[in-house]
Amino acid sequence: METLSHLAHGFSVAFTPVNLMWCLLGTTLGTAIGVLPGLGPALTIALLLPITYQVAPEASFILFAGIYYGAMYGGSTTSILLNTPGESATIVTALEGNRMARSGRGGAALATSAIGSFVAGTLGTLGVAFLAPVVVKFALSFGPAEYFSLMVLAFITVSAVLGSSSVRGLTSLFIGFVIGMIGVDLQTGQPRFTFGMSQLLDGVDVIVVAVGLFAVGETFYMASRRYAGKDEIVPLKGSLYMTAVEWARSWKAWLRGALLGFPIGALPAGGAEIPTFLSYAIEKKLSKHKEEFGTVGAIEGVAGPEAANNASAAGVLVPMLTLGLPTSATAAIMLSAFQSYGINPGPMLFMTQANLVWGLIASLFIANIILVILNLPLIGLWVRLLKIPAPQLYAGILVFATVGTYGISQSPTDLVILYLLGGAGFLMRRFDFPTAPVIIGMILWPLAETQFRRAMTISNGDWSVFYTHPLSLTLLTLAFIGLIGPHIWAYIEHRRRRGPEHVPGDA
Amino acid sequence: MSTTDQQAARPRLAVPELLIGIGLLACAGAVAWQTLSIPVSPLYSKVGPTVFPYITMVGMTILSLLLIVAALRGGWQPEEEKETPTDWKAMGIVAVGLVANLVLIQPLGFTAASVIMFVLICHGFGSRHPLRDVLLGLILALAAYFGFARALGVNIGAGFIENQLNTGLDSIIRMLRG
Repeated sequence: METLSHLAHGFSVAFTPVNLMWCLLGTTLGTAIGVLPGLGPALTIALLLPITYQVAPEASFILFAGIYYGAMYGGSTTSILLNTPGESATIVTALEGNRMARSGRGGAALATSAIGSFVAGTLGTLGVAFLAPVVVKFALSFGPAEYFSLMVLAFITVSAVLGSSSVRGLTSLFIGFVIGMIGVDLQTGQPRFTFGMSQLLDGVDVIVVAVGLFAVGETFYMASRRYAGKDEIVPLKGSLYMTAVEWARSWKAWLRGALLGFPIGALPAGGAEIPTFLSYAIEKKLSKHKEEFGTVGAIEGVAGPEAANNASAAGVLVPMLTLGLPTSATAAIMLSAFQSYGINPGPMLFMTQANLVWGLIASLFIANIILVILNLPLIGLWVRLLKIPAPQLYAGILVFATVGTYGISQSPTDLVILYLLGGAGFLMRRFDFPTAPVIIGMILWPLAETQFRRAMTISNGDWSVFYTHPLSLTLLTLAFIGLIGPHIWAYIEHRRRRGPEHVPGDA
Repeated sequence: MSTTDQQAARPRLAVPELLIGIGLLACAGAVAWQTLSIPVSPLYSKVGPTVFPYITMVGMTILSLLLIVAALRGGWQPEEEKETPTDWKAMGIVAVGLVANLVLIQPLGFTAASVIMFVLICHGFGSRHPLRDVLLGLILALAAYFGFARALGVNIGAGFIENQLNTGLDSIIRMLRG
């Protein structure tokens, strides 16, 4: 099999001592930031982007991938012991996991989530290795029109279909578009959206946007909510070894979660929320211990969603590597790391950068092994991180935020933009606007424009390319259905029930 | 949801949401102004530099109008958020910390400005041990400066403290090399 020989080659890249060290560093850092509330993989990778000027692409992507996977493992620890899900994908883990911890079975919950993450992460990475070449073959037939339509579909799915409101999701996306347009238009050399300021000619760096929204915005939000209830760490009780019964209840849930998570993550829609919620619903339905759900905590309700979460994280890498299509904030920032090396992710990546791609995929297998070791025997170490008091934690995050942004340009203008975006991030958090579409929008909109222009140049200015090519038409139709469908569905439901009850402005 | 006169209660206008909608509409206005001021390119291109800005402008306008409508119909803020009072004082102190960092980073250098910001943010979050925070902030800022900035090769503004330590470090390195 071709893939196997590629993988063997990838392992020869990943198994060099230097790359193993990057993998270990990435997974350790990833677990730490996953455990710490307020820090996530998107923010961490953004802060580390300057490393792309220092080291080879293989090294920095192995580091970033380790952080990405590590944060998934670490996030579940926080959900189980603290009941504050670090990110939307671990909300479901908190549902049952925290109940298990409260009823003295925290050890088993942590074990099933770490081993489940390992099983699903490994299956998901195998999925990447075998699915990616297939997608590449398919994607080689894509023209600019198809790429543009695919991006339109991704815009709709990441902003309008997922999340609580399509209008707010799209608003976030368009804010990202505005930020992405700032700077000089590469094709004609015209400055756009610069308000006559020379500092804006180079555009706004994705580091500034990610750090502003995720670090500064989050700090403001946490400061504003000091009156809200304090979370309490559930002390770690119970053996980390699962009993035979717990194994028997877990393994099927892991496999089901992985089978659910990977395909959904690999769709150009992304999002780990849907597979985790689906997995939870399925496990609850199939379980022989329904009475444990919502009371003392059912182990299937941790094992399934946690596996789905990790498998979908692996799945997200498929459209990112094969099509250059990021569907999460972290993937979008990784894409900008590719750009910083002058590498264009897409089908050609697998031919021109075989070392990088297969080395990266191989390092993901290694990362999974390191992570299960880091997260089971060493769990006590990570639990201690949860005890860092909030004042010093958030003040420290902002010190690093300053290093990350001021360091790239030494320009106080960047700090001003950073803090303004922090204010915006606070409002978005407070008023329930999703932040990931901002990052995806700012990275992907200029790329969509390039593809659009290419398509129009090839077709000699004829707009019909977008709807006469069957594939392009299909993608645009899907996007349209994604935009309109849920509203029509809601309207029909509303009419059917004829409920006079007013749902406050769920626009 | 109010408990009484549920039938008659017309959804009330939500002021914060309305302000957000108006603010976004103003942003759409700024986008429109900037789009219209993009000069027509002398270079020939099939799709000019204004097509995507126009799309962005139209999208922003429609979305902000939809948000204003939603605000007039009662807003969308989750109940849980509405019930939690905002701690303006804490936020204000954090904001003062950020502004202090912004103003001081050039004259004083990164470390000193960071320590001041660190202490102010800790205070905003309710820490009442300023001396301990100064020490923690100093350790963290120096770690960030030497570990992060030097390792990543980003050149971060050096001030008095960094220069002293840099010359110190350099002389130690020279001594070690003999």
